[in-house]
Amino acid sequence: MDKPFAITLDPGSSLANHTGSWRTFRPEYVDRLPPCNVACPAGENIQAWLFHAESGDYEAAWRSLVENNPLPAIMGRVCYHPCEGGCNRQHVDAAVGINSVERFLGDEANKQGWKFAPPAAATGKRVLVVGSGPAGLSAAYHLTRMGHQAVIHEAAPLAGGMMRFGIPKYRLPREVLDAEINRLVEFGVEIQLQTKVDDVQQALQDGFDAVFLGVGAHIAKRAYIPAGDANKVLDAVAVLRGMEDHHAPLLGRKVVVYGGGNTAIDVARTAKRLGAEESIIVYRRTRDKMPAHDFEVEEALQEGISIKWLSTIKEAGESDIMVEKMALDDKGFPQPTGEFERIEADSVVLALGQDADLALLENLPGLIVEGGMIQVDGGMMTGHPGVFAGGDMAGSERTVTVAVGHGKKAARAIDAWLRGAAYAPAEKHEVATIERMNPWYYSDAPKTMRPVLDIIRRQSTFEEVLGGLDENNALFEARRCMSCGNCFECDNCYGVCPDNAVIKLGPGKRFRFNFDYCKGCGICATECPCGAIRMVAEEN
Amino acid sequence: MSFQPVKFYQTGTFTVGNRLLPPEERSVQASARRFNSINSGHRACQGCGEALGARYAIDAAMEAADGQIIAANATGCLEVFSTPYPETSWQIPWIHSLFGNTAAVATGVAAALKVKGKRDVRVVAQGGDGGTTDIGFGCLSGMFERNDDVLYICYDNGGYMNTGVQRSSATPPAARTATTMAVGPEPGNVFGQGKFVPAIAMAHDIPYVATATVADLRDLEAKVSRAMEIRGARYIHILVPCPLGWGTASHDTIRMARLAKETGIFPVFEAEHGEIKSVLTIRRPLPVEEYLRPQKRYAHLFGKNPAVETIAHIQALADRNIRKYRLQARRGS
Repeated sequence: MDKPFAITLDPGSSLANHTGSWRTFRPEYVDRLPPCNVACPAGENIQAWLFHAESGDYEAAWRSLVENNPLPAIMGRVCYHPCEGGCNRQHVDAAVGINSVERFLGDEANKQGWKFAPPAAATGKRVLVVGSGPAGLSAAYHLTRMGHQAVIHEAAPLAGGMMRFGIPKYRLPREVLDAEINRLVEFGVEIQLQTKVDDVQQALQDGFDAVFLGVGAHIAKRAYIPAGDANKVLDAVAVLRGMEDHHAPLLGRKVVVYGGGNTAIDVARTAKRLGAEESIIVYRRTRDKMPAHDFEVEEALQEGISIKWLSTIKEAGESDIMVEKMALDDKGFPQPTGEFERIEADSVVLALGQDADLALLENLPGLIVEGGMIQVDGGMMTGHPGVFAGGDMAGSERTVTVAVGHGKKAARAIDAWLRGAAYAPAEKHEVATIERMNPWYYSDAPKTMRPVLDIIRRQSTFEEVLGGLDENNALFEARRCMSCGNCFECDNCYGVCPDNAVIKLGPGKRFRFNFDYCKGCGICATECPCGAIRMVAEEN
Repeated sequence: MSFQPVKFYQTGTFTVGNRLLPPEERSVQASARRFNSINSGHRACQGCGEALGARYAIDAAMEAADGQIIAANATGCLEVFSTPYPETSWQIPWIHSLFGNTAAVATGVAAALKVKGKRDVRVVAQGGDGGTTDIGFGCLSGMFERNDDVLYICYDNGGYMNTGVQRSSATPPAARTATTMAVGPEPGNVFGQGKFVPAIAMAHDIPYVATATVADLRDLEAKVSRAMEIRGARYIHILVPCPLGWGTASHDTIRMARLAKETGIFPVFEAEHGEIKSVLTIRRPLPVEEYLRPQKRYAHLFGKNPAVETIAHIQALADRNIRKYRLQARRGS
C-alpha cells in the first residue's frame, strides 16, 4: 500500500489492544435468591412468576406459579403472605402486594379455564394420601406431576379439609375452593370421599408403595370451666365445621370466644355474621402477645368485635360468665389478680388450639409422637419407612401455606424413596439482600390496596372481605417487583460499560462479558439494579 | 420539555433499557446494533466517565444524523486514550485538532461541507474541560457568536487529568489537584475562581445549550437528539467523573455523577436562545457531604478535624444552584 509522506504504519483498530489484561477483578453474572422466595413456606419461585406477570403474560405467570403450588386462588385469599414481610421493596416504599397478584392469577386461571401441563410418564407406583387438606392435595399434585398415581382417602363427604371446614366463607368462597380441587381431579388426582383410613399398616399391604399422611389437627383442646347446665360451651372447630351444614350453629345474641389465635378471630367474626349483637373475645394476654395476625385483629375490631385483654374465664353461668382479670409478671406471663367481673353471654366458644387425631397410626412401629405432633425427618418421612406426614399434624406453624409446602417436600422425598434414592434438596443461592442491589433505578410507585368490603356489609354477610385486583392494577402491582437477584434484562450492564465489553444476547438470553476488553472496573456490578452481578478477584 | 420520564414500567426510564417498553421508546444504548462510535480497546482508565460519556453522546448524535457525523477532537484525555498511533477506537470520521482550536477546526469542516452542499453530514466538536473552558475558549466563543453549525460537546471531569491532574477553570472549589495542593490555611482549589461555561454559552444567545451527566442516560440522549434537530451553534456540557483525578473507586463513576446531580452540585438543565426551558429536578435530595466524602480530592475536608466551614460553603453553592435553577421537585410532579 502506498502511504502518504512520513506514514509508515497501516491504520489499525484499537480492537488489537486487549485491555482485558488489565483486570484484577472480574464481573460474574449470578442468580441470587430473592427474599420473597426465601420466606415462602410453599417454596414458590415468586420472582419468576412475577417476571411473566410484569409483561402481562398471565398464563405463563400462572404456569410458573403452579410448578410449586397448585392452589393460587386459595393462596391469594388465605395465605398470610410471609413473602411480603421479606420483600425488599419495603426498603424503597412498601412491599409488593404479592398475595393480591397471586389471587389475580388464580382467579384468571379459573375464569379462563387453564389446565395443568400433562404429567410425566406413568411410573406405575401408587401412593396413598390420607386427607384432602392442603398438605394432601399438594402432595398428590406433585406426585401426579412426577408420574406416580396418587389416591386421596378423605373421611369427610367433601374435599378440602380445614380449608372447607375451618376457614370461614368470607375469607375463602367455596366456589374458589371447588374450582381448584376440580382442576386437580381433572389432572388425575383420585379423591375417594367418605373413606376413612383406620389402619395405615393395612394400607401399605393393600398395594400402595408409600403413604402420605395429612390428616390435620381437628380435635379441639379443652379447658376446664365449671359451667351450669343451661350454658352452652362449644368448641371452635365444631362451630366452624357446623357452618358447612344446612343449619348454622345457634350461638345466641351474646357470644364469648375464648382464645387469641386466628381461629378465635374467625369464630368471633362468624358469630357477628350469624346475627350476634355482641361478639366478645376473651384472651388472657395482651394484643402484642396475641398469636392471631394483626390485620385480622384489625379487621375484627373494625367489624365491631370487642376484645377483653388480660382476662380468663373462671366459670360459665346460665346467661353470663365470670371473668378474672390478669396482670403480666416480670417474665410476661399472665398472673391472676383476684379481680372478677361478670359478662352476659348466651354461649361460650373455646378456641384454644387443636390436636391431631393419631388413632390411625396405632399399629405402626417406629413412629415418634412428641407434643401431639408426628416427628418427621428433613424429607417429611416418619420413623416408619415409606410413611410420610405433613400439614398440621407434623408442624407447629399451622397454616395452609406451610401445609402446601410440606406436601411438595414430601412428594419430592417420596419420589426419591420410590426410586431407592435419598432426597437431597437443591443447593440454595445466596440471598439477594437490599445491600447487594441498587434501588435507585426503580420507579416510585406506592402499593395498590385491595378494596375492602365496607363494614356494614361484611358484618351481616359471608361475602368475601378482601376484593381482588383488576387487570390494570394487577399489572401495576406486578411491575413493582424489583426482581431481586435475578437479571430482568434492563440493559444497564450493557449500557454502562465504558469499554463495550458486555455482549447483549437478545431477549430472554441475557448477557455475556467480553473478557478480551473488560477492564474489571465494576460499574456494571454497582449499577445493576437487582444485584445479579458479582465481582470476584482474578486468580493471577 | 424534551424528555418525559416514563413511570410504572418497573424501572421506567431510569435503566438503560426496559423490556416492557415498546422498541421505539428504548434508548440508543440499549440497542444491540448501536454504533459503538468509540470502540473497545481504548486505553482509558478503568471506569472512565469520559469514555462512557463520549460513547453515549456520539452514538446518540450518530442515531440522530443517520450515521453522518464528522467529529473534531481537541487534545486531551479523550484524544490520547482513543488514538495512540496507529490505532484508533473511533468508528466515525474523526479529526484531531490542537488543544485550543477544536471549535475553529469544526467550524472549518462545517464551512467546507456547506460549500460542497452536503447538508446531511453533521459536525460535532468535542473536548475536555481544559480544552474547552481554558485553552480553547476563544475559538469556542467565536464559534458561538458566529452561530456556526456545530454541536460542541464538553466532557467535564474538572481538571487536566491525563497530564497528571492539574487545575482547570472547571475544577471545583476546595478540590485538591497537583497545582492546588491540600496545604496551607485554605487547602485545595480556591473559592471564587473558575467559570461555568454553560452559563457563558447561554449569554451568547445560541439556539441550544444543555448540561447532562453520565448518570442520566435517557436525559443525555434526549438532549443530543434535540441538539441535532437544530442548525447553528449548540453546546452540551456533560459531567464525566474521573476515578483517577477525583480519587474515587472505578465502580463509582456513575454513582458520583448521580450524587453531583442529586446534591445540587451540578445543575442539569437545557436552554434555548439563552432561556432555560427545562431542568432535571432532584429525586432524592442529599447533603453535599454525601458527594464529597467518597472523593480523595476532598479528603482534607474530613478526617480528625472536619473542615465544617468549607463543607458549609460548598453546601451554600449547591443550595444556590437549587434556587437558581429550580432543582427542587415540585409536589405531585
